[in-house]
Amino acid sequence: MVYLPHTDEERAEMLKAIGVERIEDLFQDIPEQHRYPVLELPDAVSEMEILQELQALADANLSANAVPMFLGAGAYRHWVPSVVDYVISRGEFYTAYTPYQAEVSQGTLQAIFEYQSMICDLTGMEIANASHYDGATATAEAVIQAINVFRKKRNKVVVAPTVHPHYRKVLRTYTQGMGLEIVGDESLNTSLDELIELVDENTACVIVQTPNFLGQIENLEGLADKIQQKAKKTLLAVATNPLSLGLLKAPGAFDADIVMGDGQPLGLGLNFGGPYLGFYTTKEQYVRQIAGRLVGKTVDIEGKEAYVMTLTTREQHIRREKATSNICSNQGLMMLAATVYMSALGKHGLRKVAELNYHKAHYTAQKIDALPGFKVLQDKPFFNEFVVECPAPVEEINHYLQDEWSIIGGYDLSQDYPELENHMLFAVTEVNTRAEIDYLMDALHEFRAGSQD
Amino acid sequence: MAEPLIYELSSQGREGVKPPKLDVPVSELPGDLVRDELPLPEVSEIDVVRHFLHLSQLNYAIDKGMYPLGSCTMKYNPKVNEVAARIPGFTGIHPLQDAETVQGALFVMYELQNYLKEISGFAGVTLQPAAGAHGELVGVLIMRKYHLDRGDTKRDTILVPDSAHGTNPASTSMSGLRVVQIPSDERGNVDLDALQSQLCDRVVGLMLTNPNTLGLFEEQVVEVIEQVHSCGGLVYGDGANMNALMGIMRPGDVGIDVMHFNLHKTFSTPHGGGGPGSGPVGVAEHLVDYLPSPIVIIDEAESLEDIPFFNLYEPPKSIGPVKAFWGHFGIMLRAYTYMRMLGAEGMQAAAEHAVLNANYLLSQIKDVYPLPYDRICKHEFVVKGHLDEAPDIHALDIAKRLIDYGVHPPTNYFPLIVPEALMIEPTETESKQSLDNYASILRKIAEEAKQNPELLHTAPHNAPVRRLDEVQAARNPILRYKHE
Amino acid sequence: MKTDTNARYLKSHEWARKEGEEVVIGITDYAQSTLSDIVYVELPEVGDEVTKGEAFGVVESVKAASDIYAPMSGEVTAINENLEDAPEVVNEDAFGDGWLIKIKPSDLTEWDTLLDSEAYNKVVAEEQH
Repeated sequence: MVYLPHTDEERAEMLKAIGVERIEDLFQDIPEQHRYPVLELPDAVSEMEILQELQALADANLSANAVPMFLGAGAYRHWVPSVVDYVISRGEFYTAYTPYQAEVSQGTLQAIFEYQSMICDLTGMEIANASHYDGATATAEAVIQAINVFRKKRNKVVVAPTVHPHYRKVLRTYTQGMGLEIVGDESLNTSLDELIELVDENTACVIVQTPNFLGQIENLEGLADKIQQKAKKTLLAVATNPLSLGLLKAPGAFDADIVMGDGQPLGLGLNFGGPYLGFYTTKEQYVRQIAGRLVGKTVDIEGKEAYVMTLTTREQHIRREKATSNICSNQGLMMLAATVYMSALGKHGLRKVAELNYHKAHYTAQKIDALPGFKVLQDKPFFNEFVVECPAPVEEINHYLQDEWSIIGGYDLSQDYPELENHMLFAVTEVNTRAEIDYLMDALHEFRAGSQD
Repeated sequence: MAEPLIYELSSQGREGVKPPKLDVPVSELPGDLVRDELPLPEVSEIDVVRHFLHLSQLNYAIDKGMYPLGSCTMKYNPKVNEVAARIPGFTGIHPLQDAETVQGALFVMYELQNYLKEISGFAGVTLQPAAGAHGELVGVLIMRKYHLDRGDTKRDTILVPDSAHGTNPASTSMSGLRVVQIPSDERGNVDLDALQSQLCDRVVGLMLTNPNTLGLFEEQVVEVIEQVHSCGGLVYGDGANMNALMGIMRPGDVGIDVMHFNLHKTFSTPHGGGGPGSGPVGVAEHLVDYLPSPIVIIDEAESLEDIPFFNLYEPPKSIGPVKAFWGHFGIMLRAYTYMRMLGAEGMQAAAEHAVLNANYLLSQIKDVYPLPYDRICKHEFVVKGHLDEAPDIHALDIAKRLIDYGVHPPTNYFPLIVPEALMIEPTETESKQSLDNYASILRKIAEEAKQNPELLHTAPHNAPVRRLDEVQAARNPILRYKHE
Repeated sequence: MKTDTNARYLKSHEWARKEGEEVVIGITDYAQSTLSDIVYVELPEVGDEVTKGEAFGVVESVKAASDIYAPMSGEVTAINENLEDAPEVVNEDAFGDGWLIKIKPSDLTEWDTLLDSEAYNKVVAEEQH
């Protein structure tokens, strides 16, 4: 049987040592009427057959590895250096467990420490944990941290309508039993200033995103102060795209209390939505309220520098129902990938990639804006995504792009914002070549020409 | 020689891998929004390769040897899984693409949902949860909403046996519910009298791990479930220990209402040094409408006669999504590959041999290490890491000494109801030789504990580092590299 | 094992001692020794109310977090801020510099319900048995 090393002889010896005759005897405590159900599953196949089957299924997908794509909305196609997959394919990393036995887990532990350090450097924050599942759950955990900071005495959360719609939904799912009042995202027309008007003495935190879901860069200057003027101590949580921070000012520089988001742009493939990486940072003063694992530096009994999981009394295996979160498994290997990505590109490379995203997105926006019938929304600066008002329903344009030009178009914003009917969110990254962008222009031009006939 | 931090390898001006060239005109940068400095390392590609290779060599891993962590199911991670998960037609698809363009991926998800339903006897499955604890949160929120939707608003209590994983009570309190602990009886089962005394109209449900964390099958599982149902409560199954039951018993058949799976335990996907996992949740018929959105269905309206059209669907009373997008698809691909490789027969054989291996290893050491509950175990067992003849030796010392012999220690100090617990789960992929080796090491350590306890107190002696000062780490946390 | 004959006790190993109008509260020497190295102490804020028998804070070692229960009810008038940077003081001097909070008691009759040092010593002796 596949993956079982036992020979018949060994099996017999083992049963004898246990003192039973047959393997079935080990299951006598299972209710007899329910024992050994017949499972209707496909017959077992070999390695060769399953890979052939999967290849055929993969061929039934239209992959962004094969065609131009301008879809983002929280998951981005970036170029991943070869060294990333090399490192995360090492069996010593990917077949290890959570580093509870520190003496034989220094590789994982030091990598987490380096990750925590780099995420802090990128966001301008003081401490980072070892990861959450994704940007959405990191956002939900930010709210829970804020509630815990106020020892559950405040129960209102103000969230901007431009925070990723999935994040806002997940936040509501997570907190449905906590009796919170979540306000601010009822209408897309609510500006940041209007949002702050909703802050009161019962507000635990304000959540904004930059670049926001529409790709716009929010100016965080003075935001924390304005919140403090409305209600002392209310926390400011900022969701962000970590790759944009290769270029843009860190939210930590604007006195954010929590900075979190999805680390997928840092060297993780699209993979149809996961596994990605939730990164999470806060101020040192909140270290006891943060969820998830933390790795700290210490020494061994001989004084040698080493790394260990620390402040674990916050976590579920010790604090049980009083833990800061129930999180146990996190995104260990994805965190490692992001660490390798940030190391491999480094200070200069990350800046360059961020700039490539910026310039290519702006080139594309200019070109689209020049097309008759298409108009780019330009009221705020943007990073690598922008909104285009289109001459037809987005669904229609996307079908045309896909069927006639083999292009995967942008995101249909009317799905989340009724006020944005016929508005498409385009994402352009370093992977989109000028030729692809110009090809998209031809396609959009033709669409317009065709629909005018 | 310790490996320096990647920051310490940095050399000002050094560049790493080369980004692609700019092939469009430069646009003006938003001056006041641009950062001045980015204090990341400046290293070359080979610096990166060597650094992380050095780090990898400091780790223990399944690929190096036996890793019998109780409750974690550290079975072999088949290499074909990794190949499957890296097929470009899967890695390159965006989660928000039109369903028409991702039919291959949706097919895999649909089939995986079906396989999990078949293995567990449930009517519906969501693949969205990212990990076991995440699945637990989903399960508790589903139970809560089920009662609320029926207007049954009094219920605010989840019963949790004292042997449960810490995630059970933590998931409960995240859902805004109260935890009441139920003690175990002298055979390691849920104490039926204690359970009975807590059953009332405030009970949302019971969270039951079966086999429990002692590795013992809950002998009165049918009675326990009937009792909880009789007060209107639901029963949640913690599926962390499903490796003992695949093809042996379906949790849905005995009346469990909702349960999470751990694809990273039972279905061979790697643990990755802490994750990513995947924690699908299965539910009985009456809870199908509460599953998190989305699940994958065959969309009859779009299907052709012979060609089903797969689509994402939001159940009508859904608790809502618990994650952006659709779950850990890369992990699902690995689990799907594993299930197809095993088939029904292979899964049953895997569970049988997991239980065989655990009982065999137990038989080889139980005359040396005290066994708190002497029964046939399932896929794991718990002994005391404390010997009468060596009163100063603790489970921790034994664990650390195991490292010196080149194997990984078991889970220790869990479950909490056994003092000095050593919780051992060998898994089915270990050979008899591997188990014999582990048993002989454990027996040798028991001897050392009596003859030379200091050897254990000061272990490990030949790991990359010695025992760590965890007190200093907690009192004065240093959680990041500080730039000079 | 030290005890303070001027103090009164809870079975859960907290002590209370009258100091003028106030009552000082801490954990016992036995409690600190079973916890081993204390790495963090979580305390309420001045002005908070504590209730006899209910948890008002947490002491943490590396691997455990234990609730601390109030021997008497009242309003918190002071917390031992020194413990934030030096939690080890609880290990070193549980009855002295390692005190946790001071309260203004709301019901002095609660004092009489507490164990005296002799009765508390018996509790400890039984636990050690």
